[in-house]
Amino acid sequence: MLEYAFRRILWVIPVIVAVSAVTFFLMYRAPGGPWDREKTLPPATIKALDAKFGLDKPLWFNPDAAGQKWAEGVRNPVELATAAIDSRFLNYMTGVFRFDLGPSYASKGAENVQELIARKFPVSLKLGIVAIIFSVVIGIPLGIVAALRQNTWIDYLCLGGSTLGISVPTFVSGLLLLLFLSRTLSFSPIRGPEEWEGFGPAYLLPGIVLGLGTMAYIARLTRASMLEIKRQDYIRTARAKGLSARNVVGAHMLRNALIPIITILGPAAADLVTGSIIIESIFGAPGLGREFVVSISKRDYSVIMGTAIFYAVLVALANVAVDLSYGLVDPRIRVRR
Amino acid sequence: MSQATMTITSEQPVESLAGSLGEMRAPRSLWSNAWRQFRRNKLAMFGLCYLVFLIFVAVFAPAIAPHNPVQSDLAVAGKYRQAAWISDPDPKKTGDWSYPLGTDGNGRDVFSRLVYGTRISLVVGFIPMTVIMLIGIPVGLTAGFVGGRLDNLLMRITDIVYAFPALLFFIIMQISLGETWIGRMLNGLVLLFITLSIINWTGVARLVRGDTLALKEKEFVEAARASGASPWRLISRHILPNALSSIIVAGAFIVPGAIIAEAVLTYLGIGLRPDVKLDAPFPTSWGQMIQAGQTAYRNQAWLLIAPSLAVALITLSFTFVGDGLRDALDPRDQV
Repeated sequence: MLEYAFRRILWVIPVIVAVSAVTFFLMYRAPGGPWDREKTLPPATIKALDAKFGLDKPLWFNPDAAGQKWAEGVRNPVELATAAIDSRFLNYMTGVFRFDLGPSYASKGAENVQELIARKFPVSLKLGIVAIIFSVVIGIPLGIVAALRQNTWIDYLCLGGSTLGISVPTFVSGLLLLLFLSRTLSFSPIRGPEEWEGFGPAYLLPGIVLGLGTMAYIARLTRASMLEIKRQDYIRTARAKGLSARNVVGAHMLRNALIPIITILGPAAADLVTGSIIIESIFGAPGLGREFVVSISKRDYSVIMGTAIFYAVLVALANVAVDLSYGLVDPRIRVRR
Repeated sequence: MSQATMTITSEQPVESLAGSLGEMRAPRSLWSNAWRQFRRNKLAMFGLCYLVFLIFVAVFAPAIAPHNPVQSDLAVAGKYRQAAWISDPDPKKTGDWSYPLGTDGNGRDVFSRLVYGTRISLVVGFIPMTVIMLIGIPVGLTAGFVGGRLDNLLMRITDIVYAFPALLFFIIMQISLGETWIGRMLNGLVLLFITLSIINWTGVARLVRGDTLALKEKEFVEAARASGASPWRLISRHILPNALSSIIVAGAFIVPGAIIAEAVLTYLGIGLRPDVKLDAPFPTSWGQMIQAGQTAYRNQAWLLIAPSLAVALITLSFTFVGDGLRDALDPRDQV
């Protein structure tokens, strides 16, 4: 198990490298440089800025620098290799593993991308926490009730509601809710910047909308797995030996029914990440998701790149955590050597 | 609508078709069985009828739309005219049944734009799905059947694709390639097809691989192999037909995902470009309408409500159909 856990965690590294390489290559291809302003900068300034941020170096490898060192009489292989990997991509890559995502060019290099993420991510994280709590606290009981009262109106209501929640994208439900609140109830859910500090009521509505899809999915999954377990022999045994209904449901059914829920927490993390990009823009939450959308319109490539890599690492780690937790939760799942 | 639905609801032809198929080749009875099961599912039938209706709308959009979706006629239509049943003191803004859902900021008829928007949603849903199947099924079959290094490579690629949240990849692709010649083709539709296919083929390949791995150990494949069937025959006659039901179900869920991706990207302002040509076959998408509606919903609420409901209804229908297909095709789930 330990060996498997170790291998699984190590596998995150090539994933990060691959995601970074793809992002780097695509963003390098993107039109316009980081110094495109309404007023064209003089070439000398651009050259100085490029030199300052290392943008004048070759893209993938730097054999010229190594060759120069060689000509200078340097024979130390470490020094030669260091010169050869002094390229834009490899410098960026080593930066990624040191949590250094480079300067944000739109702020003229005043703020680093990792500082921006550190400043903006807490808002997104709080939204994600509200969403996860909402989806678990509402989704699991809904699924249980639906399964225990199978084929009654409660079941159909839960099933219908969760189907709606799964299939209607969050940006549609978010926009329609916003419209409904502001038109019918004359209540504007858009909050001022000061209300997002701390952990106030501003997070409630966007958090719930963000969690709608996951909630619906959890409810469906809970219902399906409860229905399957209801028919198991050990449930009949538990009933037959005279356990109370509450005990049967709580101790025997729920514990086993909740195992599949863990499997969706990985995909749910990805859902929350992409969902927060849209929900934060709709509700004006000053989180990383909205910053990402803003950086798209500003063409701030280093922020787009850094945020994408950050999110990808987050999702990769969530997937690993889910994979590792199977073995802990369900002793039947054993890793083949 | 009536014409379109009749072919599905009429009992006679389907029964006789299923019957004759059953007589001619017995193994196919799974499909008539599945169809019978599917037809009993009211929600799935509703979803199917609605989708057939949308195809009809998309094909006959020029005949259905009362106005040209691109032409702006501010003098007659009025800016932000309300939906037909909402009255407004301003005669240029009060509802009028010649503009059932009102007009947008350029005096274009919202209903006509909605009708034309159906085209993009369906095209964006079905074309990438076809590409994904054409790539994913062969790769999955080969990886599962041959195994070894190829299989390993596929699993590593899918690991990486799984780690990359799809929407992020779509956004980066659009920013990177949106301004190139390929990004400009068909107002960005081609690039969208490519992006959606790149992300989604791995899912299908993984699914088919899993099915192939399980199926190739089954006795009937063993028997076929023992009686001298070639690998090609094993795959095409024994493995693929048995994997088909889960492929179909997966396909039914890929389509709404693609439709949502288009709407989200266009809503973020990096998806499809609006077309200003009067005779454009794909003048607008629901995503563009939602984007426009979000900035102007205080002036004209139906500018936002109509396309949002359209997106919600089409994705809902696909979920109904997908669930129905799963229940009908997957015998393991029939409890």
